[in-house]
Amino acid sequence: MTVLLAASPLSHPFFLHAFLAGTAIAAACGLVGYFLVLRAQVFTGDALSHVAFTGAMAALAFGADLRLGLFAATIAMALLFGTLGRKARPDDVVIGSVFSWILGLGAFFITLYTTSRSTTNGTAGVSVLFGSIFGISSSSAVVAALVAAEVGLLVLLIARPLLFATLDEAVAAARGVPVRLLGYGFLALAGISAAEATQAVGSLLLLGLLAAPAGAAIRLTDRPYRALALSAGLAVLEMWAGLFTSYAVPKVPPSFAIMAAATAVYTATFLIRRPVPGPRTRTAVPTGT
Amino acid sequence: MMLAETGAPAWSWNLLTDFQDMWSYPFMVNAFRAGAVVAVVSAVVGWFVVLRRQTFAAHTVSAVAFPGAAGALLLGVSAVYGYFTLCVAAALVIAALRSGREHEESALTGTVQAFLLASGFLFTALYRGLLEGPQTILFGTFLGITSAQVTVLMVVGAVVLAVLALIGRPLLFASVDPQVAGGRGVPVRALSVVFLVLLGAATAEASQITGTLLVFALMVIPAATAQVLTARPALSLALAVLLAFAATWLGLTAAYYWPYPLGFFVTTIAFAGYLLALGRRSLREGLARIRAGATPVAKEVTA
Repeated sequence: MTVLLAASPLSHPFFLHAFLAGTAIAAACGLVGYFLVLRAQVFTGDALSHVAFTGAMAALAFGADLRLGLFAATIAMALLFGTLGRKARPDDVVIGSVFSWILGLGAFFITLYTTSRSTTNGTAGVSVLFGSIFGISSSSAVVAALVAAEVGLLVLLIARPLLFATLDEAVAAARGVPVRLLGYGFLALAGISAAEATQAVGSLLLLGLLAAPAGAAIRLTDRPYRALALSAGLAVLEMWAGLFTSYAVPKVPPSFAIMAAATAVYTATFLIRRPVPGPRTRTAVPTGT
Repeated sequence: MMLAETGAPAWSWNLLTDFQDMWSYPFMVNAFRAGAVVAVVSAVVGWFVVLRRQTFAAHTVSAVAFPGAAGALLLGVSAVYGYFTLCVAAALVIAALRSGREHEESALTGTVQAFLLASGFLFTALYRGLLEGPQTILFGTFLGITSAQVTVLMVVGAVVLAVLALIGRPLLFASVDPQVAGGRGVPVRALSVVFLVLLGAATAEASQITGTLLVFALMVIPAATAQVLTARPALSLALAVLLAFAATWLGLTAAYYWPYPLGFFVTTIAFAGYLLALGRRSLREGLARIRAGATPVAKEVTA
C-alpha cells in the first residue's frame, strides 16, 4: 500500500509472473484483435470468450486441467464457426444462437461443479469469468507466455496474405491466396488467444483486450502495418498500466484496471481525431499488394 | 437450485397435478407470469434484432445489465433501477457513437461491453456482502420474484410493445432496405436509435429473470428459428413469440423438478428447436432438389 512498496512491484514473484504472462498475452491479443476488427469479426471474439468460460467450467466439473478445457473449447468452436459461414466468415445470427446455448451449458457445468466439488475451489467460476492474473503460478505464466508468443509470431507470418484476403477477398482468391485456409487458420489463432486471455483478464473481459487496442489503432492510422504494430503496442502498454495501477491500489482488481486503461485510450482517440464525414476511403488500402 | 431440499418435488406425468403442485407456491406463479411477459417482449424485440442483424449490439446491451445490477447493489438501491439505467444508457452510447464504418462500430461495441462488464466486476469486488457472488446476476434466478416486480415487468413490457407497434411498419421497411427507406423519407437513423432504446428496456427487463448472460438466448434463438421456418413477417413474428413462450415455460417446469439452472434449460430447449428447424429446412431443400429431377451427382457436376 505504501509508496515505498509500490516503487518496486517487480521484486514480488506474483507480480513478475503476471507481468511476464500479461505482456505476451496482450501482444498476441493486440495482433489478433487488429485482424478481428478489420474483418468485422469482433462478434466471433465475443462468442469465443463465452465458449472459453464453458470449456473451463466443463474441465473443472470433470476434474481435468482448466487450460485443457479452455483450449479445446475455443479452438473447436472457432473452427466450427468457420464452417457455419461462407468462406470461413460466419453469420452473426448463427453464432449468436450457438454461443448462447453454449453459455447455457456453462451455467449447467458451473452448477455441476459447485454441487459436486464445492469444497475444493468455490470461486473458480468467478476467476474464470473475470480473470485472476495475480494468482497465476510461475509454470503457467511461462506456458502462457510461450503460447502467446507463438500466436503472435504466427499472426506476423500470415499477416501479409491475411491482410490481402481481408481487404479484397475476390482479388486475393484470384491471385491464388488460399482465402479459405487463411480464414480457418486465423479463427484458430483467435481461439487460442481467447483461451490465453481468459487466464489473464477472464472470459467476460477478454473482448476488451481484443477490440479496444485494435479499434484505437485503426482510428489513429490508416496504414495497415503501422496499425498492426500500434495495436500490439497499445495492448501491452494498457496491460502494464493496469497491472501497476492494480498493484498500487489493491482494492481495484487487475482485470478492471486493464479494461479501464484500454477504454481510456480508445476514448482518447475519439478526442484526437474526429472521423471526417463525406467521401473518405472506407478502409485502408494496402500499398504494394 | 435449492428446491431439492424442500421435499424434492417429483414429476408425475400427470400434467394437471404437476401444474397444480407447482402453482401452489406463489413464487412459482410469479415466475411463470414473469416468464411469459419476458418471453413475449424479448421475442418481439429479438425478431427485429435478427432481422436487422444487430446481434452484437443486442448481446452488448444485455451483458451491460450485470454492472447495472452490481452497481445498484453497491449503492444500496433496488437492482431494477440499475438494470434499466445502464441498459438504456449503453444503448444510447452505441447509438450516439456509431460512425457508419462497420469494423469500427464492432470495435466500439466490444469495448463498451468489456469496459462495463469490468466495472460490474469492480462493483462486486467492492461490495463484499454479496453472498453468492456475481453468479446469480449472471445466470439468473426465478426464485423470489415478487408480485410488484411482475407488475413492473408488465408495465414496461406493454410500453415497449406499444412503441414497437407504432413504429413497426417503418422499422420493418428501414430494416429490410435502409437505402430505399431513407430515399422515401423514412427517418432511418432516428428509428435505429429508438429501436436500440427499446432493446435496452427489453433486455433490462428480461435480465432480471434469465440472468444477464442468457437474455440474449431468449432474444435471438426463437427469432432465428422462426425466420428459418418461414419468410412471411407476421407469421414468423408470431412463431418467435410462441417459441420463446414455450421455451420459457418448459424451462421453468424443468428447473422446478431438476436441480439445474433455469438458463440452461431455456437455452437448451430453444436451441433444440433451432436445430430442428434447420434440419427441416435442409430436408425440404434436399427433397425439392430430388423432385426437380436433378440427381445429386448431376448437381455436383454442374456446380
